Amino acid sequence: MEFLLKTDMNSEKLTAPNSYLRDFTGTDTGSDNPGPSWLSALRQNAAARFAEVGFPTRRDEEWRFTNVSPIAETPFTLATKAQSELSAEGLSRFTYQDLAGTQMVFVNGHFASDLSSATFPDGVSVKTLAAAMADNSPLVEKHLGKSAKFDTESFVALNTAALEDGAFVHVAAGAILTAPIHLLYISTAEAGPTVSHPRTLIIIEENSEVTLIESYAGASGQVYFTNAVTEVVVGENAVVDHYKVQRESEKAFHIATMQVSLTRSGNFSSHSIGLGGLLVRNDMNAYLGGEGIECTLNGVYLGKDKQVFDNHTSIDHAMPHCNSHEIYKGILNDYSRGVFNGKIFVREDAQKTDAKQTNQTLLLSPNAQIDTKPQLEIFADDVKCTHGATIGQLNAEALFYLRARGIKKDDARALLTYAFASDIVRRIKVDAIRSQLDRVLLAESALEGIAE
Amino acid sequence: MPLLEITDLHARVAEKEILKGISLTVNPGEVHAIMGPNGSGKSTLAGVLSGRDAYEVTGGEVTFDGHDLLELEPEERAQLGVFLAFQYPVEIPGVNNTYFLRAALNSIRKYRGEEEMSAPAFLKLVREKMNVLHIDQSLLNRPVNEGFSGGEKKRNEIFQMAVLDPKLAILDETDSGLDIDALKTVAEGVNALRSPERAIIVVTHYQRLLNYIVPDFVHVLSAGRIVKSGGKELALELEAQGYGWLESGSTSELVAA
Repeated sequence: MEFLLKTDMNSEKLTAPNSYLRDFTGTDTGSDNPGPSWLSALRQNAAARFAEVGFPTRRDEEWRFTNVSPIAETPFTLATKAQSELSAEGLSRFTYQDLAGTQMVFVNGHFASDLSSATFPDGVSVKTLAAAMADNSPLVEKHLGKSAKFDTESFVALNTAALEDGAFVHVAAGAILTAPIHLLYISTAEAGPTVSHPRTLIIIEENSEVTLIESYAGASGQVYFTNAVTEVVVGENAVVDHYKVQRESEKAFHIATMQVSLTRSGNFSSHSIGLGGLLVRNDMNAYLGGEGIECTLNGVYLGKDKQVFDNHTSIDHAMPHCNSHEIYKGILNDYSRGVFNGKIFVREDAQKTDAKQTNQTLLLSPNAQIDTKPQLEIFADDVKCTHGATIGQLNAEALFYLRARGIKKDDARALLTYAFASDIVRRIKVDAIRSQLDRVLLAESALEGIAE
Repeated sequence: MPLLEITDLHARVAEKEILKGISLTVNPGEVHAIMGPNGSGKSTLAGVLSGRDAYEVTGGEVTFDGHDLLELEPEERAQLGVFLAFQYPVEIPGVNNTYFLRAALNSIRKYRGEEEMSAPAFLKLVREKMNVLHIDQSLLNRPVNEGFSGGEKKRNEIFQMAVLDPKLAILDETDSGLDIDALKTVAEGVNALRSPERAIIVVTHYQRLLNYIVPDFVHVLSAGRIVKSGGKELALELEAQGYGWLESGSTSELVAA
């Protein structure tokens, strides 16, 4: 596999990936950071793997439509703890004012205890990965780095090589948590381009119920790179409602992998909301490893200017009687680009699978572009799998209908754009997120919010 | 002063000339029926008046309430008080009927310099109008026209008209495809809106609707021109004769009848 050569003439680094390792992770080999021995081994393996594979190029099938060389060409460095100060006031523009629940905040990858909730509800343990590892948590050792594989995934390798801290959420068996837990990763890059590697491990024990929000945000105009990895382990019969809200700076790079493992009768739904970033890549992978699982992966993103949103999803049906539902919707304006790749695997044992995938894109500008590719691989013979992709523009007749009722052209366009996204928006159960999306979708129009 | 004054209107779609010199004067309080066979230009006329961009006006003038109507955007026409009841109301999934109608009403009120209507005041207005048209409350909370039956869609058009309170309503084949009960309901709704200030243009292929919405004037459109105008009895004559006589190119038979 090829790697991109870094164009830093002053550097005397031997191989390009190693130079990235040092700049991006603070270590050449993954061995410099503190932690238990199993973690050192994990980091070293990941560093070695990254040194071998480097960054992906467009010759890799999985990266055909997205060129990550701007990441390689930007001189990113790790932000120090001292460079990662954020006041409570500074935080307020990134958090939800009207969100009930608890939150854990990271700034440039460093835990901000003063901005985070002091206590969490009964039935859940929320702490930093560093703290959990210091406690010798067997759960962390058992699950960290197990489902987010880095043998072929350069960015996961990079994240893992840098692994030092992150969020660890552990929901106890039978716990029913009514208020959401908000994990907020903020970047501030005032002193120049910085990189952070948010790492999240979420373990949800059987028969429990939880709502989780992962937010990624940064100050407008700043150049930084968020390289996130999230692993979620869902126990038997647990119900998880997950939201990822990406509101990075319009100059930021955001590459994220989420790996979800489900077991018998688990119910996992995720909404991925993409609003910010210059170059955004999401890999969302779910493994359905038991019978009777319900898995919903929905996504909506709004592109403008020259934003690139690349969503790769994979749903792996390994066992019988599981249902998966997937709707991804893109709204692309200006010169923005979208990529959707939706894989569904139905293994030999996964009889009675019901998998439905939909990808719809609304092109609001003649210069916007989408590359969409469903990829179904079915090895069982008694299954129901459907997929569909549509690409369209605003319906001219509907636009005229609204205008003929007195609604201004721009408002009518906003309303129809909203309507396009509405079947995803209305499935969002967290009011604060739904109304945020509402406002973004209807922005610049005279219309009021629609979500009730 | 007439509310609507159409003078020698010519319009085409692509390269095909559809309207070939239409003149019509509509005063406040009047109900005009425009009848004619398929392809005579009825819907084109409705479309030109409401501002559909598929049509190109190649000649003539339209003055509405002192404004050059043809210069205005569709929304400006609506804001001035022109309402088109669509022949084929559009389904708009994802937009709640009530939300849509309030946005429309407030847009119109804003244009007129009136205060926007609050949600409670709006709901009160909506309930009043609903009773007249026998609109089911549940329709309000559904997306605009989505999954509505043909009759529900047409009733929803008249309901919108009642809420938006236009000066000029153009009903484009509102009767087509309706069963007699739905037709009566729609007609009842329209009749309830007849007033000395409001004018209504009923575009229809069939005379039947005019039994229930009795027009003051009837105009017969053929090949892009009004070939005959008269009172409500003209509609009955047309019903008896059919449109066949138009093709013979002579209006004398009709007059004789």
